[in-house]
Amino acid sequence: MNIPYTRHTLDNGLDVLIHEDHDCPIVAVNVWYHVGSKNEKPGRTGFAHLFEHLMFEGSEHYDRGYFQPLQEAGAQLNGSTNADRTNYWEVVPRNALELALWMESDRMGYLLPALTESKFENQREVVLNERRQNYENRPYGLAGMATVAALYPSDHPYHWMTIGAAEDIRAARLEDVRAFFQTYYRPPNASLALAGDVDTDAAVKLAGEYFGGLDAGDPLPPLDIPTAPEITLEQRLLLEDRVELPRLYLAWHSPPLFAENDAELDLVADVLASGKTSRLYRALVFDQRIATEVAASQNSREAGGYFQIIATAAPGRTLGELDHAIARVLDTFVAEGPTAPEMERCLAQAEANFIYRLQTVGGFGGKSDQLNAYNVFVGDPGFFDRDLERYRRVSPDAMQSAARRTLRPDARIALSVVPRGRVALALGGSESVSIS
Amino acid sequence: MPVNRAQLPPLGPDPPFRFPEIRRRVLANGLRVWTVEHHAVPLVSFLALLPVGAAADPPDRPGLAAVTGDMLDEGCGDLTALDLHDTLGRIGGHLDSEIGSDAMVLTLSSLARFADRAVALLADMLRRPRLERSDFERVRELRLNRLVQIRDMAPALADRAYTKLLYAEHPYGHLPIGTETSLHGMELAEVAAFHAAMFFPSRLTVIASGDATHDELANLVATAFGSWVPAAADADPVVDPAKLPVPPPPGERVALVHRADAAQSELRIGHVAAPRSTPDYHALLVLNMILGGQFVSRINMNLREDKGYTYGARTSFDFRRGPGPFTLHASVQSDATADSVLEALAEIEAIRGTRPPSPQELETGRAALTRGYPRNFETAEQISRAAAQLALYGLPDDYFSTFVPRVLAVGAHDVTRVARAHIHPSRLLTVIVGDREKVGASLARLNLGAVTEFTHA
Repeated sequence: MNIPYTRHTLDNGLDVLIHEDHDCPIVAVNVWYHVGSKNEKPGRTGFAHLFEHLMFEGSEHYDRGYFQPLQEAGAQLNGSTNADRTNYWEVVPRNALELALWMESDRMGYLLPALTESKFENQREVVLNERRQNYENRPYGLAGMATVAALYPSDHPYHWMTIGAAEDIRAARLEDVRAFFQTYYRPPNASLALAGDVDTDAAVKLAGEYFGGLDAGDPLPPLDIPTAPEITLEQRLLLEDRVELPRLYLAWHSPPLFAENDAELDLVADVLASGKTSRLYRALVFDQRIATEVAASQNSREAGGYFQIIATAAPGRTLGELDHAIARVLDTFVAEGPTAPEMERCLAQAEANFIYRLQTVGGFGGKSDQLNAYNVFVGDPGFFDRDLERYRRVSPDAMQSAARRTLRPDARIALSVVPRGRVALALGGSESVSIS
Repeated sequence: MPVNRAQLPPLGPDPPFRFPEIRRRVLANGLRVWTVEHHAVPLVSFLALLPVGAAADPPDRPGLAAVTGDMLDEGCGDLTALDLHDTLGRIGGHLDSEIGSDAMVLTLSSLARFADRAVALLADMLRRPRLERSDFERVRELRLNRLVQIRDMAPALADRAYTKLLYAEHPYGHLPIGTETSLHGMELAEVAAFHAAMFFPSRLTVIASGDATHDELANLVATAFGSWVPAAADADPVVDPAKLPVPPPPGERVALVHRADAAQSELRIGHVAAPRSTPDYHALLVLNMILGGQFVSRINMNLREDKGYTYGARTSFDFRRGPGPFTLHASVQSDATADSVLEALAEIEAIRGTRPPSPQELETGRAALTRGYPRNFETAEQISRAAAQLALYGLPDDYFSTFVPRVLAVGAHDVTRVARAHIHPSRLLTVIVGDREKVGASLARLNLGAVTEFTHA
């Protein structure tokens, strides 16, 4: 399995990646900008994402909203921001490829002349409402913020979540938008992937016509990310929330994306909590019935990852009980490593997941997004094979030692989220935190 | 050559699209097998559609169909629940189970080289679930815990109140998950009886798609399901919501579900509307695109892009065998609750005639449906799901190929006509999940009479 592609770098530094797939008469247009919330500064959090919203409000040569002409052409489109990157995509019928390139290139080159105070203020309100809907008004919605704030010191850009703090979003100014655009929304800091029913030569020519004339701009400022200090003493935190059942969030620093032990820990997470036969699900939900759900994940990012286990207590159970049960499972895993059937299952699932990701040309995920991810993060759009190989060569010993090194009891953040007024359900000795 | 930025490039002709061919056969036991070839990636997908959903719950046992569905992967044949999931893991399987009002759908995808094991497993889950007591008790407990958690989820609270008020005792009047009272009283024997009465091969359609030939796919299904001879002679009949009287509009016009300190108000506005079988189906789709079915629709452009009251607002017609709801969904900032409702009601009223669709709105609404149509047939699972709609609603074999011309035939006058025929402002119910202290006083401005406070048992 692979994603055959060609890469052409325009004179202004923009990478153009093309993958032909003629099964369905559609084309995915996917643009990554290598900027995310990790490029923000304390006091101005949430800005990269607010900026993403403004990219849909029109640009100099078509200033009546970004959606109208594309939806009229039958496109599906969206964008997203995370700590490391911002992406924008359209999936269009093949006859609308040129339209999508026109629109994407116009906002890459000419966003600012169309930007107004009223658009800015409107989208600031929309983003504040997005924050209310997806975080403030959602059970456990603030737990992620409390976790990353404890994992990283306040001058580290992973200290805050991409949505940002409400007061920072309110404090954002139009001048900040201009500076941000001029700094980061540059062809050399972007990658354009086209996947689907296209002819490579024609697509390269079109992309060159639309994007080739855009100004490369100044070199990007260096990104100086402080090293997060190692956690050597367990930190227990408590958050009271409007929830019915208490939930425990355990988090540890872990290797960055594609670094040594990243794939191993991904598979450790599968063995621990993916499916009913996984160790934590089986112990906590299936056999002991002390939890209603459990999840584990290796969240790997460019400048560092974190491994997380989340478990929700069944009614009448405390988070202390869950913690003991989780500790027993982790101790056994660290002592013995994965079994042969566990290796067979997690490798089959990993391979299947790679293939499931190849089913679509675009959207959130899909082949175009994958090509850009590899290009932006490792400089090699053809990394697919090596990525899969990372998983295939994982040994039981390597999983065991990665778990032993990472999941240390003294190196974790333990956040208890409990129903308001029920602090006795939390882990003992937890310190109350306040997040808004 | 410099590009012309004075105007947008023309689109050129729409590309032709050939719909994937569906081949159909019926096994001796009455099970329908549909096959679709899709060779893009080495995966297969088997979808089993049973037209028995939450509407088939006994009136005093809401949630029974969903619990039965949940028990299917808790062990089958010789496999315990853990054996079953171990097997799934080893074939790279993805099992997805959904229950709606009208149907249960079980989808199992796997690596193509394990197709025989995947389909055998699917057949056993449907035919021979073990239905063991300890598994049942755990499943029931997990569902009860889910219901407990829903008490703090604004969207779920809104859906529950809205559904109950609109449909009352009608089979559509409860969410598939059921109620705490019902689940507490549920016995394993009821699940076993429901399974025995409802799960018949003659009632199932299995849609196999993926990286194999039609014959290979059909033979795989025939091998796995062909020996299934039901114990009873006939399946128990299922209540067909299409044949029941339409529930009358509720007495209240505005209901509030109080949620102290809510950061926003969760809104549902709507009424019982048309069934899937309506001849106005395509015109209603176009109407919905213009009103609230896409980003550039009137309601989203008004509430989000003009006012900034919300992250997004949308409308939908939930087409079912019986009359499903027409609903506006949004989560809006608390101090704009009444204004949002007033704007939404005004948009709903306007599309019935005072502001008929402009030529551009009509074009955008139709084109989003027609030009975007091929996108729905990109993966094997998408194709299976699309085909399942044909099976569930008894749509004609040429349904896909007639979709685009039928949408293109919808004119501005059709949109106005179906808006008047199917949207009735005087019947609209508004449900608000929000903080009484923050929104209560402003609701008098709606002029919709007393606000009923809806509380959950």
